[in-house]
Amino acid sequence: MKVVVVVFPGTNRERDMAIALERATGRKPVMLFHRETALPQGTDLVVLPGGFSYGDYLRCGAMAAQSPIMREVAAFAARGGHVLGVCNGFQILCEAGLLPGALLRNASLRFLSMDCHMRVERAGTPYTAHWQQGAVFRAPMAHGDGNWFGDDQTLARLKAENLVAFRYCEPDGRTTQAANRNGARDNIAGILSPNLRVLGLMPHPEDYVDPLMGGTDGLPMFTSLVESLASA
Amino acid sequence: MTQAPTPLDPARAKQLSAEFGLKPDEYDRLLAILGRTPALTELGIFSVMWSEHCSYKSSRVWLRTLPTKAPWVIHGPGENAGVIDIGDGLAAIFKMESHNHPSFIEPYQGAATGVGGILRDVFTMGARPIANLNALRFGAPDAPRMTRIIDGVVRGIGGYGNCVGVPTVGGEVNFHPAYNGNPLVNAMTVGIAPKDRIFLSAAAGIGNPVVYVGSKTGRDGIHGATMASAEFSADAEEKRPTVQIGDPFVEKLLIEACLELMATDMIVAIQDMGAAGLTSSSVEMAGKGGVGIELVLDNVPQRETGMTAYEMMLSESQERMLMILKPGREAEAETIFRKWELDFAVIGHLTDTGRIVIRHKGAVEAEIPLAPLESEAPLYRRPTAETPKQTVLDASAIPDPVGITSALEKLVGSLDLCSRRWIWDQYDSTVGGQTVQRPGGADAAVVKLEGLKRALAMTTDCTPRYCLADPEEGGRQAVAEAWRNLTAVGATPLAITDNMNFGNPEKPEIMGQFAAAVRGMAAACTALDFPVVSGNVSLYNETNGRAILPTPAIGGVGVLEDAAQSVGLALKPGLDLIVIGATQGWLGQSLWLREIAGREEGAPPPVDLAAERRNGDFVRARILAGQVVACHDVADGGLLVAVAEMAMGGGIGAVLEPPPASLPAHAFWFGEDQGRYVLAVADGSALLAAATAAGVPAARLGRSGGGDLVTGPGSSISVASLRAAHESTLPALMEAVG
Repeated sequence: MKVVVVVFPGTNRERDMAIALERATGRKPVMLFHRETALPQGTDLVVLPGGFSYGDYLRCGAMAAQSPIMREVAAFAARGGHVLGVCNGFQILCEAGLLPGALLRNASLRFLSMDCHMRVERAGTPYTAHWQQGAVFRAPMAHGDGNWFGDDQTLARLKAENLVAFRYCEPDGRTTQAANRNGARDNIAGILSPNLRVLGLMPHPEDYVDPLMGGTDGLPMFTSLVESLASA
Repeated sequence: MTQAPTPLDPARAKQLSAEFGLKPDEYDRLLAILGRTPALTELGIFSVMWSEHCSYKSSRVWLRTLPTKAPWVIHGPGENAGVIDIGDGLAAIFKMESHNHPSFIEPYQGAATGVGGILRDVFTMGARPIANLNALRFGAPDAPRMTRIIDGVVRGIGGYGNCVGVPTVGGEVNFHPAYNGNPLVNAMTVGIAPKDRIFLSAAAGIGNPVVYVGSKTGRDGIHGATMASAEFSADAEEKRPTVQIGDPFVEKLLIEACLELMATDMIVAIQDMGAAGLTSSSVEMAGKGGVGIELVLDNVPQRETGMTAYEMMLSESQERMLMILKPGREAEAETIFRKWELDFAVIGHLTDTGRIVIRHKGAVEAEIPLAPLESEAPLYRRPTAETPKQTVLDASAIPDPVGITSALEKLVGSLDLCSRRWIWDQYDSTVGGQTVQRPGGADAAVVKLEGLKRALAMTTDCTPRYCLADPEEGGRQAVAEAWRNLTAVGATPLAITDNMNFGNPEKPEIMGQFAAAVRGMAAACTALDFPVVSGNVSLYNETNGRAILPTPAIGGVGVLEDAAQSVGLALKPGLDLIVIGATQGWLGQSLWLREIAGREEGAPPPVDLAAERRNGDFVRARILAGQVVACHDVADGGLLVAVAEMAMGGGIGAVLEPPPASLPAHAFWFGEDQGRYVLAVADGSALLAAATAAGVPAARLGRSGGGDLVTGPGSSISVASLRAAHESTLPALMEAVG
């Protein structure tokens, strides 16, 4: 399984992601600098990790979405490639039109760094195969702009096509407003593309893959990917 | 041949020298060194280099008395940051630095650039930063602008640290009206480097190129160091142009580019451009190396047009570094900086003249001999006045006005003890994926080293109210508390960085506070094998003549060979609670006395350094033997507050045994005797026996379980109520800001 992690100059969670990927796959991912204009031959999965791509003084991810490497990532996705965007990566995927909606400023207008709980809304995808439907897991979030918004039509389509991957919830699984710290519409924490191969989410499962550093709640995402892509 | 710079008119020069903060006798020294009236740029260079901020002219005689050596110290004070050996072939590089004055004038940018500056001090030595901490002091929340200042400082620290991708893992905050006009923002960075790849700042190699990298130079922060070396009056807001503007994205690029260059053998010396920017970096690098330096300012990357030599030399624009490269390697180095889209310019070379020569537009704007600029720099042994000793209060003569549980509920919600969650929730504490103990979860932050078992523990500490009452005891306590907090997670404390925040040193009582605090710190450092390896001094923390509380903030670093051995403070059910260390009920300067009895008085609790060491070594050994489930030092608020914090951390109550009849209950529960820890263990009897064998005072406090904290028959409070009181204070305070 060949994984490529795209590193923009302001990306800052690429090492966390590389550790999680190596833990699940047994291999170091390829770290691809943003100035590259092609993905390596045989790429199975492209990961856009967290950070501040080009400083994000403009809308988060807006500049990164226009970078040459993102044209390649979009083409890869169009060919049916798997693309995972976490935090800034999710913002970039939305800005690039690979996923619908937008990530607005958090409702509190403050940066939020804390653990959150998420409910698995769509099990059985390449990213969620190792969770049960409705399972609840924990992950840190760390973002200023994680408030997912989609208009009525977009939201209706996501729900109709069952493309919501994760929702913010209480530890017992209830999707309350209190659990929805950034104010995302309909508690949405992560969404999938129609072919289920592109996933974007705000929290950081890659930071919970070791019992020493907060637990292994995030590991199923990576082991799911290994199984799905190995058999692909 | 250099033609001499054009001197200012003598009368004008003298007048300007005063405006730039030089004293008349200091100006006379300048004249003696130059042998003529200075040019404007020269006057600017002298005034910033001789400012309190850059020269440490009032503090140096005292700082020299601090212990700075230990077998594990690689570089002590004098470099950009301290360097210690932490095993596995690695060094920890760390320092704490103040950005107090700018943070009062412009809280967001002041705090943000404080973080940026301290990060550069650390990565300039070759380290990848792995953690940020801070030590903050704010005024009374109802003081003018104060909630805005709190909001801006917290946003600034978060805004910079979060973007640059270094986790902010710990810190401390106090509130006191003495900081109303002068809040303190002390930022600390800890980084890791191979111990044989440390980069220093002494320039060497005549003819070697002087290279400027990073952001362009603008007109921001001109005379920032001078501003930071004076008191504030009502015109503080007018000094806003002296505050720098930070760009954390460029800092991130600079970190990556510098570390990439440092992996090669091209660098001879490197230093960041911090306070006094291009002036201090070029003067210090050349001065340390005993060489001359010539700069051509036309080559300096500039953000604005028409900048003069004076402006460029004095600018404190952020995210810039100066380095000396090996000859002929410029193009190779430039490739790395271009990759990261940063400016790279050769702006001069080293000379054998022992002078700094500044050229701009074909003219010589400054020519100063470097040796006397340093050796003739003012150095003051200012008069000191000892702080009068305070009375030792008799606890039995102080009645308890409210009862134990009411006092506890009030204390855990008080400003100095309430939850800091509102603050740390705005700092990314997990980026990097190595954070083992996060803010609020333990007495010190623990960050694992990527790919290794080894971890660093880090903390910042100071109890300013003790320092005001007795600066020597307060200095001793600040160092001891840092040592204790590292011990409480199981780490072996190794070294400290200090950030000395005081008032106007020209006042004997302030200089006396400084000297006494250093005395106390030195005693503790020696007794605990805990040397000072770096530090920073911030004086003139006064507004309208009112000084802050003396605040020698200590940043401590310790090591754990196996991160898995660290413990946090959260209580779990079914455990014995044991207090280590003697409890005598010391109420003087306690938070109980201030918050419950409404009195700020008495001598602060003394620190018995021998007992401190014995107790701490005992606790650490038990933690490393795997016998301790949770551990918390007993600090502000005393024993019951410590237990309550453990209970709130775990969401588990405890049933406590009644206090000994020999002490008033409130003195037992809320006294702030030093050198104590509360341990939660499976087998309390075994721990008590071990303590007895080791000659360490220990006593059973009770047993964890249930949802209430029970302090006696009919005396209990639910952990849920405690949490409600503890968690609501800061959010309620800051709600109005939005």
